[in-house]
Amino acid sequence: MLDRAPAEIAKDTATRRVRFRGAGFVPASSRFGGWIALALVIAIWQAAGSTGLVNPLFLPAPSAIARAIYRLAMSGALWQHLSASLLRIGVGWLLGTVAGVAVGFAIGLSRLARSVGITFISALFPIPKIALLPLLILWLGIGEEPKIATIALGVFFSTAISVYSGVDAVPRNLIRMAQSFNVPFATIVRRVIWPGALPAILAGFRITASVALLLVVSAEMIGAQYGIGAFVLQAGNLMQTDQLLAGVVILSVFGLAVGKVIGWLEARLLHWR
Amino acid sequence: MDLIANRISHCFGDLAVLDDVSFTVGAGEVVAIVGPSGCGKSTLLSILGGLLQPSSGAPELRGQPPADSLNPLTFVFQDFALLPWATVEENVEFPLLHTQLSAAQRRALVEDALRRTGLTDFRKTYPKQLSGGMRQRVGISRALAVRPAILLMDEPLSALDSQTRELLMEDFVRLLADGGMGAVYVTHNLEEAARLADRIVVLSRRPGRIREVVAVPMTRAARGEAAAREKLLALQNQIWSLIRNEAIDAEREVQHA
Repeated sequence: MLDRAPAEIAKDTATRRVRFRGAGFVPASSRFGGWIALALVIAIWQAAGSTGLVNPLFLPAPSAIARAIYRLAMSGALWQHLSASLLRIGVGWLLGTVAGVAVGFAIGLSRLARSVGITFISALFPIPKIALLPLLILWLGIGEEPKIATIALGVFFSTAISVYSGVDAVPRNLIRMAQSFNVPFATIVRRVIWPGALPAILAGFRITASVALLLVVSAEMIGAQYGIGAFVLQAGNLMQTDQLLAGVVILSVFGLAVGKVIGWLEARLLHWR
Repeated sequence: MDLIANRISHCFGDLAVLDDVSFTVGAGEVVAIVGPSGCGKSTLLSILGGLLQPSSGAPELRGQPPADSLNPLTFVFQDFALLPWATVEENVEFPLLHTQLSAAQRRALVEDALRRTGLTDFRKTYPKQLSGGMRQRVGISRALAVRPAILLMDEPLSALDSQTRELLMEDFVRLLADGGMGAVYVTHNLEEAARLADRIVVLSRRPGRIREVVAVPMTRAARGEAAAREKLLALQNQIWSLIRNEAIDAEREVQHA
């Protein structure tokens, strides 16, 4: 038998509790806190507008913005502008992403592509892509092409960088493991490197989505008849601030929606994390 | 099938890590490689398994592997090297995917390997949901699925706590009991070496040379008995006396990295 040791030692002196000092540094976001804060800000804003505290020309009340959006939706102008922007973003983002993923993988996997690719990307990545729009207009004409190309370029560089960083970050031990089982190159790329790089690739999508949004608005402000950017610029020129802010709200909603989609994709594809 | 280290030397840049190491692992034999830290044990195993090109010398095979072996030299890694996005059974099936086997044949092999490691009930779980010991069982299961002739085990227990180590050691003894599978077992733990190995290769500190090859004069089954304990302890002490001073030197050495 094991001898049992007493659980307590001498009990004769007074005890003091050890002070708890581990509090804090674990911010948990509450479910409703954010919404309540948002509602509060909108309510104050509305109150300031309704009481005439703020000149509606400079900052129209939320209700005025909502009315402007409603009128835009009813007149069909909203869809005209939104569809023009969405088409540019969609095509530009897709082109830039496909090319960026391909080049990113090439840089991540091949020595030649790496030495050449990184040099060019380092040189071209810092250029604000919108600065190339006039050149692209010269090359491609004044239609949709230069706008799409601007977006595609902006998306391409960010994507290529996040993809090759993602490929680089795939743990070497997993690749060695696959090699130790004689797994062929293509299978290693498909079943080890691709899923291993996916978290970085999806994180890159968040960035490129905002790059695409930024570039579409800028390009439309420089020269377009339709599109949210063109609409916001027009509204500003006409001092229609309610319309202007309606456009801004639509951009914000679009950005949020894209973020949600990427979040959903991450939850679906990266559930193993 | 025998695995032969034929005069293997290796340098990383200017740093010589292995110097003229030669030994043979016979069919079904378990050889442990021990030595002070940094003596090139793991490097030697990578070279033996064809994952690292030695500076000179070569790993060689003699004789044919068993006909049903899909990957005669199979690693079990210290860090398990499991695909985090794949379930237990997908991890075990991973090395079979590129083979000529049909889906049904693959399933049978996976089934058998999961059963032998007690993982059948965990087939649908992901690595992150498993304890360290269970993760290493997945690594072992994956190795068994390809029917290895020789397991190359790189400190397979050193990422685990001592109780889990004990349990997995019992698994190893059981898996290697019938002599159908050989193993090269790299460890810094002399007790593990003495429990498992037929022979123990003792390496010197860097650059690793063979100090001594010690035979363990008992069957693996006999080593579990109480009477064997003293003998094994004496053997461990004997090996420890061989490497103690070098381990002290190795520990005091300033890292070059």
